Amino acid sequence: MKKTKLQLVYLTLMMLGLKSVEASDYTLNLMKGVTKTSNDIYDLHMLTLWVCVFIGVAVFGTMFYSIYHHRKSKGHKAEQFHENTTVEIIWTIIPTIILIAMAIPATKLMIEMDDVSESEMSIKVTGWQWKWEYEYLDNGVHFFSSLDEKSNQARKLGSDIDPRTVDHYLLNVDKPLVIPTNTKIRFLFTAADVLHSWWVPDLGWKTDTIPGFINEAWTLVEKAGTYRGQCAELCGKDHGFMPIVVIAMDKPDYELWVKEQKALAQAQLAAADREWTHEELMTKGKSIYTSSCASCHMDDGSGMTGTFPAIAGSSMVTGDIGNEINIVMNGQGMMPAFGSMLSAADFAAVITYTRNSFGNAVGDLVQPSKIKSLQAELVSANDDDDDDD
Amino acid sequence: MNNNDEIKAKNTRLVRKLLFIVIAMFGFGYALVPIYDVFCDLTGINGKTNTSAADETVYEIDKSREITIEFITSLNESAPILFESKLKKLKVHPGQYYTVNFYAENKTNQPMLARAIPSISPGLTAEYFIKTECFCFLEQTFKAKEGKMMPLRFVIDPELPDRYKTITLAYTFFDNTEASVKNKR
Amino acid sequence: MSAVASEHEHTDDHHDHGPAKGWMRWIVTTNHKDIGSMYLIFALIMFFVGGTMALIIRAELFEPGMQFVEPQFFNSMTTMHALVMVFGAVMPAFVGFANWMIPMMIGAPDMALPRMNNMSFWMLVAGILMLASTLFMEGGAPASGWTLYPPLVLQTGDALPFAVFSVHLLGISSIMGAINIIATILNMRAPKMSLMQMPLFVWTWLITGFLLIAIMPVFAGAVTMLLTDRFFETSFFDAAGGGDPVLYQHIFWFFGHPEVYVMILPTFGIASTIIPVFARKPLFGYSSMVYATASIAFLSFIVWAHHMFTVGMPISGELFFMYATMIIAVPTGVKIFNWTATMWKGAMTFEAPMLFSIAFVVLFTLGGFTGLMMSIAPVDFQYHDTYFIVAHFHYTLVPASVFILMAGGYFWIPKWTGKMYDERLARLHFWLSAISVNILFFPQHFLGLAGMPRRIPDYATQFSDWNMVSSIGAFIFGFSQLMFVYIVIKTIKGKDCADATDEVWEDAAKHGLEWTLPSPVPYHTFATPPEKIPTEHF
Repeated sequence: MKKTKLQLVYLTLMMLGLKSVEASDYTLNLMKGVTKTSNDIYDLHMLTLWVCVFIGVAVFGTMFYSIYHHRKSKGHKAEQFHENTTVEIIWTIIPTIILIAMAIPATKLMIEMDDVSESEMSIKVTGWQWKWEYEYLDNGVHFFSSLDEKSNQARKLGSDIDPRTVDHYLLNVDKPLVIPTNTKIRFLFTAADVLHSWWVPDLGWKTDTIPGFINEAWTLVEKAGTYRGQCAELCGKDHGFMPIVVIAMDKPDYELWVKEQKALAQAQLAAADREWTHEELMTKGKSIYTSSCASCHMDDGSGMTGTFPAIAGSSMVTGDIGNEINIVMNGQGMMPAFGSMLSAADFAAVITYTRNSFGNAVGDLVQPSKIKSLQAELVSANDDDDDDD
Repeated sequence: MNNNDEIKAKNTRLVRKLLFIVIAMFGFGYALVPIYDVFCDLTGINGKTNTSAADETVYEIDKSREITIEFITSLNESAPILFESKLKKLKVHPGQYYTVNFYAENKTNQPMLARAIPSISPGLTAEYFIKTECFCFLEQTFKAKEGKMMPLRFVIDPELPDRYKTITLAYTFFDNTEASVKNKR
Repeated sequence: MSAVASEHEHTDDHHDHGPAKGWMRWIVTTNHKDIGSMYLIFALIMFFVGGTMALIIRAELFEPGMQFVEPQFFNSMTTMHALVMVFGAVMPAFVGFANWMIPMMIGAPDMALPRMNNMSFWMLVAGILMLASTLFMEGGAPASGWTLYPPLVLQTGDALPFAVFSVHLLGISSIMGAINIIATILNMRAPKMSLMQMPLFVWTWLITGFLLIAIMPVFAGAVTMLLTDRFFETSFFDAAGGGDPVLYQHIFWFFGHPEVYVMILPTFGIASTIIPVFARKPLFGYSSMVYATASIAFLSFIVWAHHMFTVGMPISGELFFMYATMIIAVPTGVKIFNWTATMWKGAMTFEAPMLFSIAFVVLFTLGGFTGLMMSIAPVDFQYHDTYFIVAHFHYTLVPASVFILMAGGYFWIPKWTGKMYDERLARLHFWLSAISVNILFFPQHFLGLAGMPRRIPDYATQFSDWNMVSSIGAFIFGFSQLMFVYIVIKTIKGKDCADATDEVWEDAAKHGLEWTLPSPVPYHTFATPPEKIPTEHF
């Protein structure tokens, strides 16, 4: 059914004298998506498309008939009429009626999309330059989600990695959002720095995230699966590199996932308590640096003149370790505070890494346990969240 | 036939009028700022709540329904503040006054100026969410490492339409210590 | 004193009988024809500057992966491409046509305010140069999109104040141009020509002039607020101080939507001037054309938030702006039907201006259709900020405004130079442009619907094929435009070109006063207002 419709669209386009394409599996049309909303949107989209095609055929048909027959080279003599009130009234009224007919289903759908009531769970989504933060308001699960490592390597200027060899290039994240199926989920959107827009085409909508304000939207996915999207509002240099991956799981799987997440959070705390070797910290630090720091300070630590300071040879990085920890922990200017974003082990690793790479050779290291005590305040906050469950 | 001076005079008059429109429209651009606020109050765009304390009017308490109020806290640009709501959710009766506490703590070793910006969703409920006391009315000062409990006292206007069952109140703390957030670099 | 050019009052005496000699002529000139030429040449140069930026964008998007530029520079390119094309190419080009043609179309000796005319041109140049200079500043040119949304735009480096001041200069230049055009139309018309006898190009420019006067100051205000937010601690758009970033979007689009119509209304005017000449018929429904233009202009002030359906407006707002936007389809439809009816039962010939005009009607209608689809708010939650939008507005700007600018160029250049352009080359230019512009923009509909957001420097691999097609179209289209430059220069030089008759096009004198003048047109025209108005049958 879908295929025939698409072929009809091709044919129509060809009839309109537009570029056509060889039949193939390319997505040409709006995707139907996996929610009732997205399906309704698709139907409305097809309705307006067909209305336009119909009007187009009528108008262009008349025009091309005229162009073919009423030409001077065929000896056609020009008539000199230049108005006709009846005709003009007709072609004002008919489009108005068509518009009203289109407005009715549109209004219904708009009202339906606006209704977030009776949702069963809430997820808070915060847009960051350039990652997403997800916070499950009902069970305290909380994490950041950013572009996966493979895409991130391949997308660098002159990386020599063919994007076609990367799975879901630019549409894959390190930690996807997981939601249960057959559950009305309410999303609350806000941003921490600039505007972003959270868009998963399969869900049928996008919503802007605005610093200082919250927006709402809801979804109800029936079919388990993986759905991908992207940030849709220009948010700075890495706007194209902050995808969204939503995995819809059946309820029991979802419950299991939540348990895992909680266990993982415990494990991270435990990891901070053991003693790490310099090599361990350096290896981990390199991967953390690439995912969390390199988009601004560059892979080679050279930074960007005027905007992002260099790590290589920086007196800040090679100086007192306490100062560096403080800045990374609490942020400064454009530099976000990583205190609550990185686990103690990741944090300690990246500090150790920056002090001993890019030609920096301080030689020291910091243990996760030390960071853990500095993060104590944050940790106590997280514990509070857990207590509330 | 027009003579030249007449045209010149006409031009001058017309240019004056048009310049007046230009200046008026420049003013209109600025006038859009307060107009927008009024418009927001009327329509609930962005869920802006009242920005100064309302008088504590006595309402008839509507025991027949319960509204769930959610409290959400955020930090802008990961401001170095610990900020949380002591209560995540509260079921309330319209017309009854409630006080809830938020806790905020300055994590830096310097004094801090910070401001909490409220936002309500759904936006149209903003006019029914009446605050008689809120830490968001004023910029807050914190001493180094200082933490404080900040109360919010509010009431839901019993006029709140029936269709709203849940109201979300979000606060975002902005660190305004440096003259303006944007100049930080 | 008779109506001998009012220019005597404004310029040095030695301008009386012809242009001054040497390069100073171009600096100090107050002659509407000189200034018109300068505007047109400037716009053409900017068209290639903006086009080069577009080609940088399309080159980067030719294949997935980053090949040529850093993402930040890519964002600067999308931003600067839009600003240069809107403020440097399309708007000045229409002002250029207005300068050249309006006095000749209404039987006036010159523009009403010749010295202001000169000033507004040089201010435009200054504004664009200042904008261009930001490319070389620390932190790069603005990279927040031409909409300059805060808070992102406030992260711009040193360039921010310069970008804002350049917007001020461009704004003042447009406002002066608009005032001048309005004054010319209202006060300088031949006494025998009533408002309802004016050619449609004049009508559309009158309405456009009022639009410009109403919106440019609002935009100037909005960017000034950005400036004070960044440097003087105001917080119009900063939530931290009680402001609201969404407010900027409201103010911007209050300007931005009518601004779009500033670029399309004169397009309608030129199309309405060209089509009747080559159909050898009077324009169908003259008065409904005028009313349709006026209602489109009016509606443009109450639809702005359809650019912001996803910012979280209350449902009442979504619905209001959806309905208002849908209504625009009615007057726009009337215009398209009128053009079709003008061709109906005519005796058409297909010289380059007519070809471009027909392509305009068809392709602009396509852009209008996608516009109608986007006006449906719930569906726009999918379309918004994708390549579907990019395809839509490029269809309404490139094969519409730009095509009509080309059409106008071919249409009037014989009158200006006294030489016929090379018709064979011009038709080749047309066919290359018309085909490549569709290769360029039509696939972008597919990309948008398939889920490709706009303003991204790199994309997921499933978008590869159509991006490649689009880029190929872009390069063909871009290089085809060099033909236009060649044809224009050839015509100006005049060697191997046939002489144009006074009427230029068959029976054109029935359609407008400009065709009653000799070709090439003398430096001063209509020192005495014309007695007979060819368009009086309206």
